Amino acid sequence: MIPSSVSIEEIFLLAAALFVVLAIMMFYRAVAGPTTQDRLLAVNVLGTNTVVILALLAAGLDEPWFLDVALIYALLNFLMAVAISKFTVERGGVL
Amino acid sequence: MIEAARFWAIVVLVVAGLFFTFVSAVGVIRLPDIYARAHTASQTDTLGAGLALAAVALALGWQQASVYTVLLLFFVFITNPTAAHAIARSAAETGIEPVTADSAADGDTREPSTASTDRNSSDDDGGSDVDGGETA
Repeated sequence: MIPSSVSIEEIFLLAAALFVVLAIMMFYRAVAGPTTQDRLLAVNVLGTNTVVILALLAAGLDEPWFLDVALIYALLNFLMAVAISKFTVERGGVL
Repeated sequence: MIEAARFWAIVVLVVAGLFFTFVSAVGVIRLPDIYARAHTASQTDTLGAGLALAAVALALGWQQASVYTVLLLFFVFITNPTAAHAIARSAAETGIEPVTADSAADGDTREPSTASTDRNSSDDDGGSDVDGGETA
């Protein structure tokens, strides 16, 4: 029995709004983290949340090209995390 | 019937993804050091993102966009723990000390000395046992 008052698109948009709230919570650790790795980890989790938000918006707004943006964002997020964590160990070694 | 099952499966997957991502956010904000935060970011956040992306793939159905979503799901499942491991390893090689029970009790400076005295006392116990056996 599907409830008639709420549609599946509204569920995706509500979940995207809650994911935005959880992503904004990550800014506390990104600003106040005592070490560089704390800030990098917070930005990495925020990027993963952004990928999920883009996918939920693609399903909620029925715009499938948002998934391409999410895929590129996931690639750049992983590349950013590995590159900065490499850069903090041996400064100037790889970059 | 099938549509109702698909609807409630999507709702359950989205709510589970929101729950695990909330646990991850609380863990990254509240846990004491970088290693515990990398632990919760690698496991809980990966599971939350995977459940939410599975809900999106289930809602899109059989089309090209759901193939993109499944590819994105596998990519997140592989790269998110790898990135958290790289961050934790760079923290270990930079020389950040993990918070232990001793260092949380009486400060960071006492932690290596108490660890070394514990090792020395255990070695002394083993030596005294051997000595006692020889003298008896």
